[in-house]
Amino acid sequence: MIETRPPLPRGVDFEAPETVLRVRRRYASERRFKAMGLCAVVFAASFVVILLGDILRKGMPAFSEHRVVLPVAFDVGKLDPKGTRDMAELRAGDYAALVRESLRAQFPEVSERKERRLLDALVSTGAPDDLRAAVLANPALVGQTISMPLLLSDDADLFLKGESARNSRLMGMGSLELAVQGKTATLTAAQDVFGASLAMIKAGLAKTATELEAELARFPALAGTNALLDAKRAEPSSRIADVRAREGDAARAETLDATQPSLLLVLRGGIIKITELAPRTATGQVLLPLDPRNTRPDWEMVRYLVPESNRRVSDAEIAWLEGLRARGFIEKGFASRFFSNGDSREPELAGIRGALIGSVLTLLVTLLLCLPIGVGAAVYLEEFAPKNRFTDLLEVNINNLAAVPSIVFGLLGLAAFLNFFNLPRSAPLVGGLVLALLVLPTIIIASRAALKAVPPSIKEAALGVGASHQQAVFQHVLPLAMPGIMTGTIIGMAHALGETAPLLMIGMVAFIVEVPHAITDAATVLPVQIYLWSDLPELAFQAKTAATIMVLLGVLFLMNGLAIVLRRQFERRW
Amino acid sequence: MNQSMKPDPATAMPVASPLAAAPKIAARGVNVYYGDKHALKDVNVEIPEKSVMAFIGPSGCGKSTFLRCINRMNDTIPICRVTGDITIDKRDIYDPALDVVLLRARVGMVFQKPNPFPKSIYENVAYGPRLHGLAPTKTALDDIVEASLRRASLFDEVKDRLNDSGTSLSGGQQQRLCIARAIAVSPDVILMDEPCSALDPIATAKIEELIDELRANFTIVIVTHSMQQAARVSQRTAFFHLGTLVEEGATDQIFTNPRERRTQDYITGRFG
Repeated sequence: MIETRPPLPRGVDFEAPETVLRVRRRYASERRFKAMGLCAVVFAASFVVILLGDILRKGMPAFSEHRVVLPVAFDVGKLDPKGTRDMAELRAGDYAALVRESLRAQFPEVSERKERRLLDALVSTGAPDDLRAAVLANPALVGQTISMPLLLSDDADLFLKGESARNSRLMGMGSLELAVQGKTATLTAAQDVFGASLAMIKAGLAKTATELEAELARFPALAGTNALLDAKRAEPSSRIADVRAREGDAARAETLDATQPSLLLVLRGGIIKITELAPRTATGQVLLPLDPRNTRPDWEMVRYLVPESNRRVSDAEIAWLEGLRARGFIEKGFASRFFSNGDSREPELAGIRGALIGSVLTLLVTLLLCLPIGVGAAVYLEEFAPKNRFTDLLEVNINNLAAVPSIVFGLLGLAAFLNFFNLPRSAPLVGGLVLALLVLPTIIIASRAALKAVPPSIKEAALGVGASHQQAVFQHVLPLAMPGIMTGTIIGMAHALGETAPLLMIGMVAFIVEVPHAITDAATVLPVQIYLWSDLPELAFQAKTAATIMVLLGVLFLMNGLAIVLRRQFERRW
Repeated sequence: MNQSMKPDPATAMPVASPLAAAPKIAARGVNVYYGDKHALKDVNVEIPEKSVMAFIGPSGCGKSTFLRCINRMNDTIPICRVTGDITIDKRDIYDPALDVVLLRARVGMVFQKPNPFPKSIYENVAYGPRLHGLAPTKTALDDIVEASLRRASLFDEVKDRLNDSGTSLSGGQQQRLCIARAIAVSPDVILMDEPCSALDPIATAKIEELIDELRANFTIVIVTHSMQQAARVSQRTAFFHLGTLVEEGATDQIFTNPRERRTQDYITGRFG
C-alpha cells in the first residue's frame, strides 16, 4: 500500500537572518525576565531588612534598664516597729520611705517640697516592692545598711539611654570667675566665651519671629472691620517687634525661660542652669552643688534644644541623674522583668509574661481542638466520605471558611461562646475556641493535601495483603501523611499566634496585670499586647512594643523552623 | 515467537486436560462497568489449581480489570460495577456475606510497580501475618518472615539488613519483597499485575524463575504484556481484546495453534 503524504515543512536554518533575530529576541526576553525577578527579590529583601532593622533598633532598649545603686538603711523603726520580725509585719513596712531617704541622702540641698517630690519620682514605684521582696527573702537585712539597686523611672531610664533629651556639648574656652550666693551663681569671663551659646539662642528667636509672622499672615486682611480680630492680630504683632529687636542685637543679654532651649553649665563637679546670658557674663541657678575640693578650671556648656516645657525630664532631674552618674551610682543591666512581669501602667515595670503565657494557653486550647478534629475530618472526607453533591458542597464550604475575615469568627465567638454558653470573658479558653474555628479549615485543607500526596500504591499494597480500608488508612496512609499534616498544623498555629482581631471581640484586649495560670483566667496574648502598648503615650512603651514584636517574630520563626525541620526529617521518598 | 515451554515433570499440571479436576477459580458471565463504560464483556474462564495462568492482550483490553475482580480490588473504585459470578473453590466471592478482607488474605496480589511499605524489610513481610493473627509468638513471626523471604528467593540477599527500609532495595529486590509479603499470609491464589514491567531483564528473569517455583504451592494468575513471558511461565493463557475474552487454552496451543484469527494476529505481532 502506497500512501501519499504531504511534504514536511522546511527545517530550521541556523544562518537565516530571521532565525538569528528570533534567537536574539528569545535571549533578550529571558534576560529581561531574570532581571525583573532579581529586582523584585532585591526590592522585597530591602523592605524586610528596613522593617527588621527598624524594629530591632527601636526594641533593643527595652531589653536593658537603668538602676541606681544606693546604700539603703533598712530602718527597724520603719519596717518592724514592734520588733517581732513577723512576715505580715515586714510585708506592711514602709519601704517607699527607705527609698526616699536613701535618694535624698545623696542630695541634701534639695529642701523644697516640690523639688523633693520631683527627686522621689526619679525612682520607679516598683523599687519599694523590690526592697520588700529582698527583706521577705532575707529578714536579717532589717537593721543593716546595704547597697541596693533601685529601679529608675521610665523617664529617667530613657534619659540615661540617650533617647529622650538630645543635647550637644560645647567645651568651654577660657577661665570663668564664679561667685555663688545661695542658689544663684554669677559667672564672668574676660572674653565673650558665651557668644556661641547666645548666638544659638538668638537663632532660635529668629525662628520664633518667622513663625509669628507666618501666623500673622494667616489672618485675613480685614483690619478695622472686627474688633475681636484686631485684638487677635495685635498679640503676635507686638511680640514680633520685641523678638526681632532681641534677635537683631547680638550683644544684648537674654533671659532664658522654659520655652527656650536649656543651657546647663558643668563646672567643678556641679551643674548650673543658665537663666540670664550675655556674651561675657551669665547668671544661673545651681542645680547640683559644686564640689569645694574640685578646683579644675575647665567647664562645659550642655545645650538641650528641646525646651524644658516640652521635655519629660526637667533640668533639675537631668542634673541629679548626671550627678548620680558622675558618682558612679548608675548601673545598666538586662531588664529581666520584661520577661517576668505582667502588664503595668508604669512602663519600666511592664512585662510580657502575662501575654506570653496567655498566648501559650490559647494556642494549647486551639491545638488540642484543631489537631484531632481537623485530621479526623480530613481523613473522613478524603478516604471514607462518599463522593457526592453533599460532600462537594462541604469541600467548597471548607475552602470558603478559610477565607472568612477573622473578625467574623470573633463576632461568632462573642455571640456563641460568651453570650449563649456564658463562658468567661477574656479567657484563653474562649480565645482558643475562636482561633480553633479560624485554623480548622487551614488544617483540614493541609491534611487533605498531605493525605492525597501519599501514593495510592501504598494503600493498595495494604489492601492487597488483607488490611481493611480503615487499617490501611490508619496504619499506612496517615503515618506517611503526618509530616505534611504537622507542617500544616504548625503553620496554622503560627497564623493563630499572630491573630488579633477576633480576640478583641471576646475581651482579650483588657488591661490585665496578673499572669494567667489557667485557661479560664483573664488573659491577653502577644499580638493584642502589641496593639495595646502601641497606643500608649509613654515613650518607653514604644520600645516595649518593638521588643514584643521581636519576641512574637522570634516565636513565629521558631515555629516555622520547626515545621521545616519536621518536613525534612520525616520526608519519605517512594 | 512460537517457543513452547517444557513443563517440569515433577510439578507439571495435566495441561492437556486441565478441567478434569475442579477449577480453583471459575468466572461465569462476568461484566464490569466503569460508570457508563462497559469495560469487560461476558467473560467465562476457569483457572486450574497450582498452575500459572497468563492474561495477555493489548493495553486497555480489560485483562487487569478482570484480575482485580478476583480479589475484589475493584471495590475501591466507587464507579466500578461488577456482575456475574466468580467462585474460588466453588465459593462465590461476591457473596455479600463474605468478608472482602478475608478474601484478600486468601488471594494475594503483586502490583505493577514495586510498592513496599516505607518500613523495614522485616515489617513489610510481618505486616500481613500480624494483621491476621497468624503468628502467636515473636519466634513464630520470625519464622514466617524468614520462610516467606526464602520462598521469594530474597532471604540470602537481605538477611543481614532486615531492619533496613524496604524502599532501599533495588527494583527487582523490592518486587520480590512484595511477593514475600503476599505469600507471608499463605494465600491460595496470587494475582500478579504485570510484575516485571518496571524491571530490567535480569531482575525479570529472577521473578520468572520464582513464579515457576511458586507454582508448586500457589495458583498464580499473571497479567503480562510480554508474550515471551507468558510463554515461559504459564501453563494456560487467555487472550483479551476490547473487553472480551477471545481465546483461552493451554499456552502451547495458544502460541502454536490459535483457533482465533485475532489471537494469531496478536501473537505474531500484527497489532498490539
